[in-house]
Amino acid sequence: MENFKEIINFIAAPQIMFTALLAVFFFIFPPTDWLYSINRKLGLHKLWTKGGGIFLLVVTLGFFIFGLTDENFRLIVTKADNVPIVGLLFLVIFLLWLCLFQAENNDKRIAEGKGPMEAEDAKEKVLVWPDLVYIELIALVIVSALTLIWAISLPAPLEGPANPTVSPNPSKAPWYFLGLQEMLVYFDPWIAGVLFPTVIIIGFMAIPFIDNNPKGSGYYTFKERKMAISIFLFLWLLLWLFLIMTGTFLRGPNWNFFGPFEYWDIHKVEVLTNINLSELVYMIWQNKALPDNIFIREMYGFAALGIYFGLLPLILAKTVFRKVYDSLGPFRYSVFIVLLLLAVSLPIKMFLRWGFNIKYIVAIPEFFLNI
Amino acid sequence: MLEKFKQTQFYRAIFRTGGAPIATHKQRILVTLNNVFLHLHPVRIPKHAVKIKYTWCMGGLSFFVFLVLTVTGILLMFYYRPTIEYAYGDVIDMKEQVPLGLMREIHRWNAHLMVITVWLHMFRVFMTGSYKPPREFNWMVGVVLLILTMLLSFTGYLLPWDQLAIWAITVGSNMAGATPMVGAAGPGSSLLAIGDVNFVHSASDARFVMLGGRFVGEGALLRFYVLHCIALPFVIMIFMIVHFWRIRKDGGISGPT
Ligand code: HEM
Repeated sequence: MENFKEIINFIAAPQIMFTALLAVFFFIFPPTDWLYSINRKLGLHKLWTKGGGIFLLVVTLGFFIFGLTDENFRLIVTKADNVPIVGLLFLVIFLLWLCLFQAENNDKRIAEGKGPMEAEDAKEKVLVWPDLVYIELIALVIVSALTLIWAISLPAPLEGPANPTVSPNPSKAPWYFLGLQEMLVYFDPWIAGVLFPTVIIIGFMAIPFIDNNPKGSGYYTFKERKMAISIFLFLWLLLWLFLIMTGTFLRGPNWNFFGPFEYWDIHKVEVLTNINLSELVYMIWQNKALPDNIFIREMYGFAALGIYFGLLPLILAKTVFRKVYDSLGPFRYSVFIVLLLLAVSLPIKMFLRWGFNIKYIVAIPEFFLNI
Repeated sequence: MLEKFKQTQFYRAIFRTGGAPIATHKQRILVTLNNVFLHLHPVRIPKHAVKIKYTWCMGGLSFFVFLVLTVTGILLMFYYRPTIEYAYGDVIDMKEQVPLGLMREIHRWNAHLMVITVWLHMFRVFMTGSYKPPREFNWMVGVVLLILTMLLSFTGYLLPWDQLAIWAITVGSNMAGATPMVGAAGPGSSLLAIGDVNFVHSASDARFVMLGGRFVGEGALLRFYVLHCIALPFVIMIFMIVHFWRIRKDGGISGPT
């Protein structure tokens, strides 16, 4: 048992967990025809059948119940403000299954020329009163009852009175912002706390204008909108919810990583030997001192950024995203690709940190400009 | 008894459809048409749209949870004074002194729940492709609602004025201090200077505006209180009205055409 917990503690580390999830992600949610056919060959789509649903439920519930027997796990999961996130986790898994279960069903029907299930249902019209009003009423009663039970059984947290001189360790933002706080590990606050939120908002508002695929409006489908759904789930599950879960459950004192079954030891030290790209190039590879001129010092970083945001979009437009480029045109494609590259810069920065201990690509502390 | 009551002039004055048993198709339609609240809905809708597996009820629940938050929030305001001196004590009293001191629990857990239902509503809308024309604008309104929901939750987090509250807000607001150009610790802010005089410093930057001070103190508490109880609910209501209006105008719940 202890060995099993050790293993879980080990693989829960973001380096391993994120890499593993990323490795399987595009096979489970394939964005292209080729990956889609592999997904079928591996039988991964069976996750979205009734059997698959039961499997998902048994695994998550089983892990959770097993976890509750452990004191450290129990401590963090049953913390009053963390309870909603546990609920969210189960809901998201269930609803993800529910979407894709219906999507698989519809895809099959469409392939047989029958049209989606929703079209079948839509042939029949029902009256708002009583049919819809009663469903609404029942939903309200159920939710009210649930929140009432929740309120009675779980007191709202209240810690000691505010004291500006004693900061708790760790100090955490409210849970729905912990994705951003977790990004602070890899980016400076102006990126994680200002640039990314802005980009997320703009990016989400831009979705209807970027996804110009007319199919799949008003019914569940996967096959007709592979690319859109795959990218969306990548952002929402891996870059948002995963980071929130990590930030909430697995970050302890000094924002150190702690496995789910690990005791939050304040004295845990993690050796930090992070270096900047400029230091790597000049001091380690060339064995020289850092140049005094900021631009010369940071030119490799600027070059990397230039290639990433300037050249890469062009290359992608000619290769992987050829079809996307053709259908979006130059303007929409530029918006799309810049948003996507910004999002992907997060995992890139993560891997640079884990693999090479890189802290900043461009480091100009003179002007607080670190990227 | 009830049937008799339904025949009274009083009942019929309230419910325009009257007290007769509602049996015919026409009467059912009139129930919706004659009621200002039900009138939000169309009279007849395609069957897929009422199925829980299609909408998950998440938009409707977000709205309901918002209403619960409004009611419980008003009750909490009766007891709460937004000053450093009283806030914490008032929050304790809500539990200890007020009969059935559950309001704070209901308010807090519903606040968490609203963030969750709104996220899941967005997830559903994406998965059914309901942001596609003609619903692009309503999706954008939705994104604004999402931000407002999180801001409401964030501003409310400070009000209990305990350790959890001020440090969570400190973490959050420190990020504002890193805004490019207008945050004292943000890139480029040192460029906005004439000679030795910096225009952007810790008493004039974005964070200062947000907190009404250099740190989370009296000014921040009042600002967050006003935002949380007046400004943000007001703005979110306006956006909700637009949201609901557009759902109708865009042809009701999306469906296959
Ligand atoms: C305070 C938050 C919100 C409330 C109270 C709300 C309420 C609703 C309601 C009651 C519906 C009717 C259908 C349903 O229940 O699913 C709806 C539909 C819709 N919502 Fe929201 N919503 C909110 C936030 C959002 C967000 C965050 C988005 C997206 C970013 C969004 C986009 C839409 C769209 C596009 C529709 C039309 C869906 C369709 O026709 O199938 N809403 N909303």
